[in-house]
Amino acid sequence: MSARSVLFDAPGPKARRNVLIVNVVALIGVAIVAWIVLGMLNERGQLEPSRWISAVNGNAWSNYYLPGLQFTLQSAAIAVVTSVLFGLVFGFLRLAPYAPIRAVSGVVVEFFRAVPVLLMMVFFYQVFAMLGRAGVIPSADGPYFAVIVGLTLYNGAVIAELVRSGVKSLPKGQREAAAAIGMTPNQSLRLVEVPQALVAMLPSLLSQFVVILKDSALGYLIGFYELLQYARQLGSGQGNILQTLVVAAVVFIVINVLLTWLATLLSTKLSSKTAGRTKPRAGSSAVKV
Amino acid sequence: MESLTTLFEQYGSQIPVAFWMNIKLTVLAAIGSFVLGVVLALFRISPVASLRAVGTAYVHLVRNTPLTIIMLIGVLAVWGQLKITFADDFTLNFFIFAVISLSLYHAAFMCEAIRSGVNTVPQGQAEAARAIGLGFLPAARLVILPQALRGAITPIGNTLIALTKNTTVAAAASVAEASVLMKTMIEFRPDVMVAIFMTFAVGFCLIVIPIGLLTTWASDRLAVAR
Repeated sequence: MSARSVLFDAPGPKARRNVLIVNVVALIGVAIVAWIVLGMLNERGQLEPSRWISAVNGNAWSNYYLPGLQFTLQSAAIAVVTSVLFGLVFGFLRLAPYAPIRAVSGVVVEFFRAVPVLLMMVFFYQVFAMLGRAGVIPSADGPYFAVIVGLTLYNGAVIAELVRSGVKSLPKGQREAAAAIGMTPNQSLRLVEVPQALVAMLPSLLSQFVVILKDSALGYLIGFYELLQYARQLGSGQGNILQTLVVAAVVFIVINVLLTWLATLLSTKLSSKTAGRTKPRAGSSAVKV
Repeated sequence: MESLTTLFEQYGSQIPVAFWMNIKLTVLAAIGSFVLGVVLALFRISPVASLRAVGTAYVHLVRNTPLTIIMLIGVLAVWGQLKITFADDFTLNFFIFAVISLSLYHAAFMCEAIRSGVNTVPQGQAEAARAIGLGFLPAARLVILPQALRGAITPIGNTLIALTKNTTVAAAASVAEASVLMKTMIEFRPDVMVAIFMTFAVGFCLIVIPIGLLTTWASDRLAVAR
């Protein structure tokens, strides 16, 4: 049942007229807002073609956005892999048959979920700066590693929670059936429950990739050269920072919309392959930076 | 241990001040994003196609943009390039920019939280409201939204928790909040950086965990019995 059908009937002639009136008023409202914003931009010379062209020309793409995007995607991709590993390990530990293990891993997961990602990135930036001074890692890579570690700890904790809730939300007949054919609790978890939970959580996992990608922009604040940093650099050099930031935002939006679309597609495809629910819960973990 | 005491003698009094800044940002942006979120949610469930389109477009655009970009567009573009200011006082101006950016960003999530609450309201409630002659707005105000908001407490709480943590991104608008102070302290005393990090991390846990507990308590307590 969609939210829409709950609230109103199929409109009759009178309602159709009212809807038409509100439609027109709303369109006029949007037009007025657009007019004011564009007028303000124009007054300040922001609509000059030169400002926009230099924000989207070949130089901007090949020397700024694309190298930046490469680092954004690279750090996000590595963080996806590492946080899935982290999430699987801690998800398993949180389901372990021994209470102390469950408790300790529960504290670890809750801790990393409660601490802001930026705080972790700032901390690990300093850790890697120290390692860089000691010559353990190339010091220029410090921010890059800090972004990956920060993203991994936070999103890994979220994924651990997804694994746990995915297993918990399976019908209990699955565990009973596994027990009935003589599997130990551990085998049942490993061979029956977690595989199904993983399939069920794939769409939620894809939504989590959107979070990881967006959070990688936090690297800007610790001097990581990703898309946003390059966009700012290009914009402050040419005096069109508004335009370059808008381009960077559009790039993020396009990639994220594609990922979200893929997640929806996947959740309909996969629902027949598991006993768990594949639809990402509304208002769930996707509420991050 | 002695080094820690001298460090906290020097910076100790600033830590509550910095966290107080995060709390102020959280409260103000929570109000802002909630009000805007309710309006957007009403748009998205209204019978008017153009309002639905506006609501949907806003949610999809904002939800897929990193908060850092929104914050930077505010500070570097709107203030720096367009020279729009909200206050003559430098600090206050940036604080207002941070609150507006946080409100605009989280309004999209508030809208989705409320909308998911609307989905928990059974169809019969709306039908009953229509049967006694209530139009869309009266039905929404008197019947649907009161139940929807109760059903939306958990997702709204999750959004509030995310908002609390995201106030650290106000560092991009040079607001002197906890993450900035932590950076300063670690740079001053890198030898005790773990202790400093744990202090701030526990500080955030102390803010975030009560919100989570309160949310669970409120959603149990206020749940609509069905």
